[in-house]
Amino acid sequence: MGRYFAIRSGRAALTIVLVVTFAFVVLRLSGDPALMILGPEAPPEVLAAFRKAWGLDDPIWFQYLDYFGAIAKGELGRSMRDGRPAIQLVLERIPATLALTLPAFFFKVALGIPAGIYAALHRGSGIDRAVMMTAVAGFTVPSFVLALLLVLIFAVQLGWLPSGGQDSWRHAILPIVTLSLGGAAVLARFTRSAMLEVLGQPYIRTASAKGVPWHRVVISHALPNAAIPTVTILGFMVGSLIAGAVVVESVFSWPGVGRLLVVAVANRDLAVVQCILLLVALTMVTSNLVVDFLYGFLDPRLRAKGAHA
Amino acid sequence: MASLISIQALSVAFNGVPVLHGVDLTLQKGEALGLVGESGSGKSVTWLAALGLLPRHAMVSGSVRIDGREILGAPASELDRVRGGRVAMIFQDPASALNPVLTIRKQLCEALALHRDLSGDAVKAEALRLLNLVGIPDAARRMSAYPHEFSGGQVQRIMIAMALAGNPDLLIADEPTTALDATIQAQILELLSTIRREMSMAMVLISHDLGVVAENCDRVAVMYAGRIVEQAPANQLFADPVHPYAQGLIGALPPLDGPRRRLTAIPGTVPDPAHMPDGCAFAPRCALVAEPCGLAAPTLAPIANDRAVACICAAASRRALLGIAAE
Repeated sequence: MGRYFAIRSGRAALTIVLVVTFAFVVLRLSGDPALMILGPEAPPEVLAAFRKAWGLDDPIWFQYLDYFGAIAKGELGRSMRDGRPAIQLVLERIPATLALTLPAFFFKVALGIPAGIYAALHRGSGIDRAVMMTAVAGFTVPSFVLALLLVLIFAVQLGWLPSGGQDSWRHAILPIVTLSLGGAAVLARFTRSAMLEVLGQPYIRTASAKGVPWHRVVISHALPNAAIPTVTILGFMVGSLIAGAVVVESVFSWPGVGRLLVVAVANRDLAVVQCILLLVALTMVTSNLVVDFLYGFLDPRLRAKGAHA
Repeated sequence: MASLISIQALSVAFNGVPVLHGVDLTLQKGEALGLVGESGSGKSVTWLAALGLLPRHAMVSGSVRIDGREILGAPASELDRVRGGRVAMIFQDPASALNPVLTIRKQLCEALALHRDLSGDAVKAEALRLLNLVGIPDAARRMSAYPHEFSGGQVQRIMIAMALAGNPDLLIADEPTTALDATIQAQILELLSTIRREMSMAMVLISHDLGVVAENCDRVAVMYAGRIVEQAPANQLFADPVHPYAQGLIGALPPLDGPRRRLTAIPGTVPDPAHMPDGCAFAPRCALVAEPCGLAAPTLAPIANDRAVACICAAASRRALLGIAAE
């Protein structure tokens, strides 16, 4: 098990390094922060001074090594706009993002999983078809379209809810609904197919053949098996708690990490973008690691393999 | 003798395609019945349907009575008492028949708790006794193991232990040894017949292996395309099959003694359930086929004491031979 853990953790660290490297290179090749921040009208010597101050005139490999050296010391750089530490800017925004993504995560699970189970148990019924149609609509309609649609209905037409901003809890409703619907749809579909797969297995028939009442067959024989694939999707959802709301935050002008990312990318505020990406990679990789260990917990066959790996 | 279970006119259709065409079977207490036939002939479907284990889209009709009580269409709670309690079933592929994420103890104790008035330590003690009975070595320690930690033969033994948990009167063994290698196969069959004797339990052995059935059963029913085509005491069937299909099956077996002879094969293939020929389903492959065969599917008709056959030609010639008047 120790080796299994070491291999997984090593891979996770490698993933993070790759993400950060990719972001570093792409950002530096895609535009000049000096021009973006100071504007095209700025005199050349000011631009040069700015580039020198931020080390942008150094060769890219030097900047790259410098960046990793700083990370090793826990330095994540400063925003080129206002000079504050990037990490501080990002951390400030996290509560706002979590105020959307955590309730949305709760609703995704609370709606998606029971809907998927119900649809699987009543395969072919009207409710199954309704759930599946909603689910397909839920993940084919992009979140910005859904967001605009909700704004149109509930803010513009009915006037029940505000269309953007962060002044009260009422401002959070539409963004949370937008986030929840798509995720619940994905989860419902996955749970349904996982359940259908499991319900067709011979051990379900064995359980029925020994006289286990159907509801107990579902709860104690089918669900633990169907949980294995479902946990994978849940892992992705947990991983996107920090940065999963970029589009929705932009549409609803919600001052979270996602909006910060959009603004920072537009400005080529390199340190901030890299800091966010590092954070996103960390949460993604961590939640995937947790999922890997949950597999071992849920499936004794993997546990055995892990012990020998 | 009182019959334990009696199946009458049991028919099953999947999505409108009939796969079982009115099966009649009775089983006495303690009797061992062999059910043979090719895959898809309806051997397993008969018993899955009788116990209500088919998926919802299967249309089941007819009657299944246990000790005179109708169980087809009975409420779920009553069926749950029959399944595992009166009639237990073991399946072909032991590796996938046990739940991979639950320990053996949990799966075995679940069956015990459902059908016996046992609690706490008594359940565990009984589970241990059953595992020892079916020959799981080091059972006390291995109870907390998962199915994948056992070999195929051991898992089938555990399945048998689980089937015995409810003290059933009838054990349906659906191809219990097909997925196992030959030596393990013999051990499992030996175990089944020992247990059957000791517990005076009836057994239905579903198999496409005629040898297995000949050794372990009192009576044999041969199925073809969703119908029983011949029923006879095991020794009589193998010595003297009457239905051309049964003759074909037995003719395809190499004899142990006597001169070497060419094994015969039945020409053609089993008809597709969606495109059944009119009349006798075996007619297109039959050497004895005559004009009336295409008119109506023959029903199972008695040709002697405990013997019945569903073939117009064979029944007629056999009756003439034995001097029995046609009905």
